[in-house]
Amino acid sequence: MVSNDLLTILIPLLPLLGFISIGLLGKPLSNRAATYLACGSVLVSFVISFILFIQLLQGASRIEVTVFNWIHAGNFNASIGFLVDPLSSIMLLIITGVGFLIHVYSVGYMHDDAGYNRFFSYLNLFIFFMLMLVMGANYLVMFVGWEGVGLCSYLLIGFWFKNQEYNKAANKAFIMNRIGDLGLLLGVILIFINLGSLDYAEVFPKLASLDSGLLTLIAVLLFVGAMGKSAQIPLFTWLPDAMAGPTPVSALIHAATMVTAGVYMVARNNLLYSMSPVAMELVLVIGLVTALFAASIALTQNDIKKVLAYSTISQLGLMFVALGLGAYSAGIFHMATHAFFKALLFLGAGSVIHSLQGEQNISKMGGLKGLLPITFITFLTGVLAISGIPPFAGFFSKDEILAEAFRINYFVWGLALLTSLLTVFYMFRLLFLVFYGKPRVSEEKMHHLHEAPRSMALPLMALAILSILGGFMNVPESLFGSGWLNGFLSPVFAASESFQEASPSALSYSIEYMLMAFVLGFTALTIGIAYSRYVRKDVIPSGEGSSMSGLQKLSFHKYYIDELYDTMVVKPLFWLSTKLDEVIEKLGIDKLVNSLGDIVVQCSNGLRLFQTGRIGSYVFAMVVGIILMLAIGLINSW
Amino acid sequence: MIAFLIFWPLLAGLILLVTRFDRAKELALAASLAELAVSIFIAFQFDKDAGNQFSLTLSWISSLGINFSVALDGISLLLVLLTTGLIPFIILSSFGQPTRPSGFYGLILIMQMALIGVFVARDGFLFYLFWEMALIPIYFICLLWGGEGRARITLKFFIYTLAGSLLMLAALVYVYLQTPAPHSFDIEALYTAGGSLTGAEQSLVFWGLFLAFAIKMPIFPFHTWQPDTYAVAPVQGTMLLSAIMLKMGIFGLIRWLLPMVPLGITQWGPTAILLSVIGIVYASFIAVVQKDFKRLIAYSSIAHVGLISAGVLTLSKIGIQGAMIQMVSHGIIVFSLFYVVEIIFDRTKSRALTELGGIRNVAPALSSVFLFILLGSVALPLTSGFVGEFLLINSLVKYQLALGAVAGITIILGAVYMLRAFQKSMSGESTPKTSVFHDLTLQEKVVLYPMVLLVILIGIYPGPIMDISNVATDNILKVLSDFYASTQ
Repeated sequence: MVSNDLLTILIPLLPLLGFISIGLLGKPLSNRAATYLACGSVLVSFVISFILFIQLLQGASRIEVTVFNWIHAGNFNASIGFLVDPLSSIMLLIITGVGFLIHVYSVGYMHDDAGYNRFFSYLNLFIFFMLMLVMGANYLVMFVGWEGVGLCSYLLIGFWFKNQEYNKAANKAFIMNRIGDLGLLLGVILIFINLGSLDYAEVFPKLASLDSGLLTLIAVLLFVGAMGKSAQIPLFTWLPDAMAGPTPVSALIHAATMVTAGVYMVARNNLLYSMSPVAMELVLVIGLVTALFAASIALTQNDIKKVLAYSTISQLGLMFVALGLGAYSAGIFHMATHAFFKALLFLGAGSVIHSLQGEQNISKMGGLKGLLPITFITFLTGVLAISGIPPFAGFFSKDEILAEAFRINYFVWGLALLTSLLTVFYMFRLLFLVFYGKPRVSEEKMHHLHEAPRSMALPLMALAILSILGGFMNVPESLFGSGWLNGFLSPVFAASESFQEASPSALSYSIEYMLMAFVLGFTALTIGIAYSRYVRKDVIPSGEGSSMSGLQKLSFHKYYIDELYDTMVVKPLFWLSTKLDEVIEKLGIDKLVNSLGDIVVQCSNGLRLFQTGRIGSYVFAMVVGIILMLAIGLINSW
Repeated sequence: MIAFLIFWPLLAGLILLVTRFDRAKELALAASLAELAVSIFIAFQFDKDAGNQFSLTLSWISSLGINFSVALDGISLLLVLLTTGLIPFIILSSFGQPTRPSGFYGLILIMQMALIGVFVARDGFLFYLFWEMALIPIYFICLLWGGEGRARITLKFFIYTLAGSLLMLAALVYVYLQTPAPHSFDIEALYTAGGSLTGAEQSLVFWGLFLAFAIKMPIFPFHTWQPDTYAVAPVQGTMLLSAIMLKMGIFGLIRWLLPMVPLGITQWGPTAILLSVIGIVYASFIAVVQKDFKRLIAYSSIAHVGLISAGVLTLSKIGIQGAMIQMVSHGIIVFSLFYVVEIIFDRTKSRALTELGGIRNVAPALSSVFLFILLGSVALPLTSGFVGEFLLINSLVKYQLALGAVAGITIILGAVYMLRAFQKSMSGESTPKTSVFHDLTLQEKVVLYPMVLLVILIGIYPGPIMDISNVATDNILKVLSDFYASTQ
């Protein structure tokens, strides 16, 4: 029997080995071999994750492994160490499970790309870092994963590196994430300075000893990291641009896994956040505003991937709403179901794009329902799931968040509901514009139209099944379920419960039923509106048309946030850099130094006569001098 | 053994200078490899739980209390290893033969001798002597083999750093005169004498030493000689200056400044930290808009060094240990970066970022190497750059949160300018300059691959480096804490 320690280490190690072998072997390695290495390593990691998951189910509370002492200096000490508890176990299953499906999908999607092997090596590297992030037993290992996934995101967004626009998007993603990372890093350092350790097991029990101002500062700094990684206001504009990467990357990194790192991190630090009402409030507000804001942008976007990108930002916001309300397991639940249906939607979008030879503009699609039946059915499943139609996965997870919000704060509930309805609208708009109506695809592209190959279709179907069934892991008691996930995760969140503000008691079943009926009624209405607009009236968005109202225009142009950042941050930064270089550096400091130097030069003009100008003689004189001095010394010492 | 480390490169260098040997490069390489082998042997003999080892003291000018006194502790050993480890690669990194090769390589070896001397000297006068001796070969390397405008620029460099070291000499002599008669330049005696000075005197000595070190590193605002000199020097000169020689300044801070003037530090340390931190941000900003690849790296080096010096001046163990590992890491990374630039220049005759681009299409190996080194430079975890930068920022945050946060901006701006450099040189479509571009040659791979490996290895397992410098760092800090304890 292999020990759990070894199994735990193997989970991240296998994808790393996959990366190293594909990366080192390079060109000589056939695509086929690379495929098996890449997919195989993630599959085995998934199997191991599942074995450990079963052990947790059977009563093991947590598995902790210290691999080796990584950095030690003075009183600082951090090991490479892993922790598998219910929270990281769920993350492991999602990352390796969805990750594996997306690996398989990529086999078909990238099959004729010149950088096939390179693509898979990056994907494996990403899985490795993502696993480090969620398995780390201390903040520093989490930070390794945190920065590492940022690197992979950078590499994969700019995967087609000949296109400088893509490279710009990659740079933007990395730099924006780095802004967040600095916050996270400072938070982590403050934890060490004040508590003398970075191990979760040591830090959490000691948190109570910190004063509330410091607690809040740390919690907020950590959350700045989450804003960057999970694309929340104000650090969200990189995510839509990140769609420049190949679509499987968007599904894996920019929907299912990496962008949820912030959610994971806050959930992991639930005790810290629960102790700081101010930080909780911040998480809630940022999440809520982002959710609504991004959803309102998604309404008018015409790029199929951009719609999904803004949708992701919005759904992440919703997860933070749950966390900010203290409903940690609801947040994780939604993260899990979102991973299924959003990965599905992205892969479905990828299938559409693939069959249309790269077309991403939904105003040039339409009528694909019959032509791409598998893609259609699976995509429809995803749309139903994200819209919260029972019994699809999104229904249960979204319902739990809405119920929690209703219980605690009606205003939050109202805005969260509005976000959900906007989501329903833009998703059905997307569905109708892509799959319904008359085909608007060009003759030539229609000619090449083909349904997804098997390696792409199978993952779609698997994710569709998960999107249907995923919700059943946490059916509320009011619907005769047992709330399994809540129970499974409860040890992780137990400590923070005592810090929750005394909140209104649980909702009665009748109120829950009323809420569900209310939400579903509005959802149906919203679908009806979308149907009449995009199917019955056949409205086709025309891009930058004059027909747009002011608000539509604002949404279409994403509230000009990119332009705003450009004028407020990027341009001033370059202006400052240029001025520092041209004025302070060259005309200021250097001029001063030079004028001092000139004086010296003039003084030394008189000494010029001694200079012969022959290097040989200088060096020779120097050397003779040294030897003489040494010799004199040595003779003296005798 | 330690005498071999000092005199072997001198001997080999002199032979090259005198004989004008044809195969100078091979001979220099062989000599430097022998030196490396001996230093590695010493490293294995080194007892990491002890302080000074391999001590050698020969009475020299005994009437003045000057001895030829050298020894190795962990701090010295790391820098000696950095020196002996990089010099063979620096020699190997030149393309073809420079003009007058025996002079060129001879000077590099003599430079090596002076650098090692600086790192092992335990006598103030000897330290000063080696310090100045290091300037002479590098001055000639830059002057004789440099690029356009070298005469003016190297003169500025020479005078600037010489001015600094004269201040240092004055400071050292001043402290020396406080030692009990007959005076002594012995380092322990200087520590004691320095500590006994009044606060005002210590402040003067502090500035004398600090200016010398600050110019060498360089620290803002004493840095303006650096970008020009780096740009104009032949690449081996730039490598010597940036990868090894600037560590003389940081080493000087740790070994000669901190323990000698404890009151001077409490008085002026905050100012020095502030200058260092300003330099980090200032140089990072300027690096963002550089068009010349070499100058970009020159400014990035100022930013990195600022962080190291700030960390050292926090007088914390984490800061100094962080500085030690960051010195090693910076040496490897900056050497590799300059080499990458030189390789690009060799192929395209250009260092202008606006003229490059698309190199990744034609030279994947070079591009990958550059990427790895770049990741080290921007301190990505699991690279050597992260360990040092994390510890240094840690020490600064503990010193003062706001300063730590400002210094931390380097991790953002570092990404800005390095990614920009990568994008402009490697990504995109090929340009007329880069369309014909052959990938790394065997020799270049031999130089660069070990560097990549080191960046990753140190990043994953920095323990040995930490262990080597552990006791030596404690000893330095003990001098300080003893002093503070005795004055309270």
